[in-house]
Amino acid sequence: MKSVEQAIETKKFFLKISITGIVGIYLWWLLYGMLPQISSFLTYSLFQIDKDSHLGSAIEFFLYDTPKVMMLLGLVVFGVGIIRSFFTPERTRTVLSGKSEFVGNILAALLGVVTPFCSCSAVPLFIGFVTAGVPLGVTFSFLIAAPMVNEIALGLLYGLLGWKVAAIYMITGLLIAIGAGWALGRLHLERYIEDWVRQLNVAAQDVPEEQLTWPDRIRAGWDAVKEIIGRVWVYVILGIAVGAVIHGYVPEGFMASIMGKGSWWSVPLAVVMGIPMYSNAAGIIPVVEALLGKGAALGSVLAFMMSVIALSLPEMMILRKVLKPQLIAAFVGVVGSGILFVGYLFNLII
Amino acid sequence: MEIKILGPGCAKCNKTADIVKAAVDESGVDAAIEKVTDMMTIAGYGVFGTPAVVVNGEVKCVGKVPSKDDVKKWIQ
Repeated sequence: MKSVEQAIETKKFFLKISITGIVGIYLWWLLYGMLPQISSFLTYSLFQIDKDSHLGSAIEFFLYDTPKVMMLLGLVVFGVGIIRSFFTPERTRTVLSGKSEFVGNILAALLGVVTPFCSCSAVPLFIGFVTAGVPLGVTFSFLIAAPMVNEIALGLLYGLLGWKVAAIYMITGLLIAIGAGWALGRLHLERYIEDWVRQLNVAAQDVPEEQLTWPDRIRAGWDAVKEIIGRVWVYVILGIAVGAVIHGYVPEGFMASIMGKGSWWSVPLAVVMGIPMYSNAAGIIPVVEALLGKGAALGSVLAFMMSVIALSLPEMMILRKVLKPQLIAAFVGVVGSGILFVGYLFNLII
Repeated sequence: MEIKILGPGCAKCNKTADIVKAAVDESGVDAAIEKVTDMMTIAGYGVFGTPAVVVNGEVKCVGKVPSKDDVKKWIQ
């Protein structure tokens, strides 16, 4: 009897969720389409700001971009939150242990995107992977892809710069993770893992796997939206405010001289500038959009962004607990070279 | 009862500690809560992600913030 009741419950749930989903997406789409009119109405009709002024241009940009970015981010985070409920670090490790190096690098980079991961657990994850026999280079592919290609970066790039730039970022980010991980594996740097990690002899804990139902997964998606929007909204608004000032006041073509494609040193400079900056994608992408609008070259900007996200000092200090300085230097060198390559490539072809 | 919260002190770890404390208070169980921040000790438990919650030596959850109801079930 109980299973019949359960089946009816599930059916009811799906009916409810489909209707809410369809209505929700329709309202979302309707509001999204009206954003340009709303922002222009608020700026020029309600606030009565002069149409040709710098201030008006900056305010309209801010009032249009903020809700647009939040809406797109919410949608992408919800979708990825549901996808992520199918993955756990334990399952990812099982998939990766015993894979050959090259295939392993590709799988690790892809799984890095969808496996739930917080940069504060990079160390236990590293230990868990390495002690389970996941090759060092494959582990690095995962650790490079996980913070770099994430739902926040993709949602914001898509919202602010269009799907083409988002796709370019995702594909090159994955290629760097695969290539750098593979190269690090070839260098055979296992001896530069801290000794205590190699001596560690613990069996992986078997934590009972939970059986998630569809309602659980949808709740997981919704929780991800609340958690991530709650965490990043300040950065997004600050970033867009800085972007709005650049948009309204910095003259057209100004950035071309600094971050343009004419100067060979703009890409390395972008990478070096990015290392000490520790920001998440949420804060940096609105600034990036404004820079692009003022003539900065896409390659330089991509390099800057990747460097800020993938090569950060705090993350290296976390990894220092398990890696000797030589291995950290190799990591920065290899990932940095990959980013340089991507930067030059896009300055050349676009 | 002995509850350990494993985590280097990130936002999610602190949130987990708060939830565990609230769950212990509400259910009136006598429990000692300890935060473990040392990486070597955390690694010794064989967990993969932080935050993780260990109740009487048994790892109950890894890599996510548990709900208060979950915690109450573990400590009953």
